[in-house]
Amino acid sequence: MNTATANRQLKVGDALPGFTRSCDEIQLFLYNAVLYNAHRIHFDYPYARDVEGYPGLVVAGPLLGDWLHQCVEEWLDGEGELARISYSNRGAAYVGDALHVGGEVTAVNEDAGTAALVLWVRNDDGATLVPGEATVQLGGGLRP
Amino acid sequence: MSSSTNMAAAESLLTPELLANIGRQDTPRRELVTRRDIRKYAVATGNRQQRYLDGDVAPPMFHVPLFWDVVTMDELSPDGVFIDKLLPKFPLEKAMAGGLDIEYLAPIHPGDWLTATRTLTDIYEKHGRSGPLIFYELVMEIRNDEGELVIREKTTRILR
Repeated sequence: MNTATANRQLKVGDALPGFTRSCDEIQLFLYNAVLYNAHRIHFDYPYARDVEGYPGLVVAGPLLGDWLHQCVEEWLDGEGELARISYSNRGAAYVGDALHVGGEVTAVNEDAGTAALVLWVRNDDGATLVPGEATVQLGGGLRP
Repeated sequence: MSSSTNMAAAESLLTPELLANIGRQDTPRRELVTRRDIRKYAVATGNRQQRYLDGDVAPPMFHVPLFWDVVTMDELSPDGVFIDKLLPKFPLEKAMAGGLDIEYLAPIHPGDWLTATRTLTDIYEKHGRSGPLIFYELVMEIRNDEGELVIREKTTRILR
């Protein structure tokens, strides 16, 4: 058991620590290389700007979804499992944007040993680009 | 949402032929999980957990690259994307926000063989303020060689 999280008692309204990150050209390249995704809006700036009308290279949508998972798992710190997650890509993020990834506990079910979370990726304008929800199965020192 | 008069006035875009595609499945795909691929995914996503960076176990969403379609270059459109052959031709083509709902049921390790089967589970229509919208849902079920369901993922896409 991780001592930092030992016997953390969860309650509704608890914030996940989250993180702020931006995706640079190198990460966006590596991510799409791993996917085998050749969509030009992710690597061809003149195309993204002139043909699709984007102000920058577009960060891949599922990468932002992955960051929601990381936000949950870093908060769980091994004291539970991510059982289910849903999210949608509502707005585009661009290379270099500061992206704020976070979440909050919205419900705790003592009998089932689960918690429900609301999650988000927001940009500096305060727009929620990726809203999400998750269910975690609690374990270790993380208690409802 | 729309008023009932709008609903009555609007003709459905969904023909019986189009709706007959509900239930369609693609050929199951079987792929091998490797430590190297897990490590590449963990690095590329900026993951900070050592067990993923070492490739001992797959992080969630590793199934996304594992089952991303590998197609020949002549199957890619000029913008670098491929056409999903499981989908019928829809009368609306402009894609809007999509959503994912993923259930994680068992861990994934290097050496696992996983089989993904996708089903087009629903096509429906709504009338928004700016006109008709078509929704479709795809479910991907991923099983290991023991037949155990490892991941169930539902994708919802909106066309306008």
